[in-house]
Amino acid sequence: MFRTAQTFFGLLVVTFLLMPIVAILPLAFTSSVFLTYPIEEYSLRWFVELTTADAWRLSIMNSLIIGLGATLLSTVLGTLAALGLRTKALPFANLLRTMFLLPMVVPAVVLGVGMQMLFVNLGVASTYPGVIIAHAVLCVPFVIVSVSASLQGIDPSVEKAASSLGASPVKVFRRVTLPLALPGIISGAVFAFATSLDEVVITLFVAGPNQRTLARQMFSSIRENISPTVVAAALLLIIGTLCLGGLAALLRWRQERIALRAAP
Amino acid sequence: MQPFIQFESVSKSFGSMTVIDSLDLTIHKGEFLSLLGPSGSGKTTILMMLAGFERPTRGTITLDGMRIDQLPPHRREMGVVFQNYALFPHMTVAENVAFPLEMKRLPRHEIARKVARALDMVRLGSLKNRRPSQLSGGQQQRVALTRALVFEPRVILMDEPLGALDKQLREHMQLEIRELHKRLGLTIVFVTHDQSEALTMSDRIAVFNAGKIEQIDSPHAIYDTPRTRFVAQFIGETNLIEADVVNVQNGHATIALGADLAAKVRSGPELQAGQKALFSLRPERMRLGAEPAGDNSLGMTITDCIYHGDHMRVQLARGNFTFTARCERLAGDWTVGTQVVVSFDPRDCTVLTS
Repeated sequence: MFRTAQTFFGLLVVTFLLMPIVAILPLAFTSSVFLTYPIEEYSLRWFVELTTADAWRLSIMNSLIIGLGATLLSTVLGTLAALGLRTKALPFANLLRTMFLLPMVVPAVVLGVGMQMLFVNLGVASTYPGVIIAHAVLCVPFVIVSVSASLQGIDPSVEKAASSLGASPVKVFRRVTLPLALPGIISGAVFAFATSLDEVVITLFVAGPNQRTLARQMFSSIRENISPTVVAAALLLIIGTLCLGGLAALLRWRQERIALRAAP
Repeated sequence: MQPFIQFESVSKSFGSMTVIDSLDLTIHKGEFLSLLGPSGSGKTTILMMLAGFERPTRGTITLDGMRIDQLPPHRREMGVVFQNYALFPHMTVAENVAFPLEMKRLPRHEIARKVARALDMVRLGSLKNRRPSQLSGGQQQRVALTRALVFEPRVILMDEPLGALDKQLREHMQLEIRELHKRLGLTIVFVTHDQSEALTMSDRIAVFNAGKIEQIDSPHAIYDTPRTRFVAQFIGETNLIEADVVNVQNGHATIALGADLAAKVRSGPELQAGQKALFSLRPERMRLGAEPAGDNSLGMTITDCIYHGDHMRVQLARGNFTFTARCERLAGDWTVGTQVVVSFDPRDCTVLTS
């Protein structure tokens, strides 16, 4: 009885979370210019619009450029931070970790305002590097969390064994630590890319018209003219995010298997 | 035997806690030395300092006359076998064993040859392409051992390497390691808290307690002539009794065990009449009989018998004085309450002063 109630309540929550998405997505395939049901005729015209209209095409390109740049930057920085936080004798390790994770909890608006002022002074406002740095700030915590988890799964004696077998610290890192942490690094990178992809608020503050990302373009187009292109773009984003999420889950699963293996 | 590894007044503190206190230790070339002690006695810290994972707070460690205590682990040429084997989970058995050889930058064909030979030696040749996760505990243990041996390190360090194996496999691996030690003439430092393991495998045993060596001796000497109360109690089982030395003459001493009980023991120059002493007698060195026999015969009453399969454990008492004896079997009509005579040889008694 309780079991049934549990399942029912669970389904209710899932429905509540997914309904808005499910409700709007079919409209991506409407042939009408209005975002309304019922759909009288199905067509792919809005997807064509997405890939041909300059504003949309440019925004997709921007999202990819900024997303890849932010992913690269945040993965490198986040991995280094996670490695550093692992040092046994690090003073204030917990405080440092909290600081690194702060961008996850600080309201994006606050970050956005601050970054805009800073970036104007630095001369990187409304430039690609500026937006990439801004996104990377948001992405780094995800990388740190993911890489830290995979580093925690590494048995310290495995690294000790490597060094006793004649491996210098650099070799230990390249041959043992890095390969074992790789699944965590990759899944961190996936999270980072997904985070950059749907970031709007900070983009509004630091990006110029030339760095308009897909998410930002959707935001403005829904205010200017409610066209089904937005829904088509949303569908693309959801599919992309699902693929990335799937990839991350796969990697996490592999990582757990490796961690299991490492146990005696 | 020449001193090979030497610890000279080595101390190690973590913060305000002193784990090793001014320790001197000499390890000979080709010997199998066990570091035995309860957990927290500092034995693993010694091993970690030898391997280079910990630095001594004070003192020096030399290997073959060269100071090594400041060298990083990868330059010490010591093969370490860890309790949980510490195999590289992302590499195959052959890659694991090849790792130290690659670090030595040996030519490829030589690495392949050495790996094949080493794996054949421990009968793992057929498993060379498996991952550690696909091996049993005993096989993983053998890979770890092979990996530590293959690059011909100067010393092999083992940190409770058999702790995770079941009893039968552990005994089998004990023999295998002993056999490797003899055949290859290895210098092995072996950390364990399992006394029977230390007794069966070692040339010498260093018994650790609270960061100090209580006694370092052959297994035989450690068991038969413990020099401190801790060693007597920690190794094997013993009857320890506070006693007084009554008199000493001709290499023998008489010890008062209680109000009306005395024992004759072998005595060295350290015993003096009137001294307080600690009398130790192993349960298996006592004989139970109906008639007095030899120098020491005490009439006692059986208070309990515990059956252990291959032996019996018998609790004996006289007044408030008790003994535990171990014997193969009891005469048929002995039960709780039977009066028996406990006899033992003066040479089997140990008397500790201090």
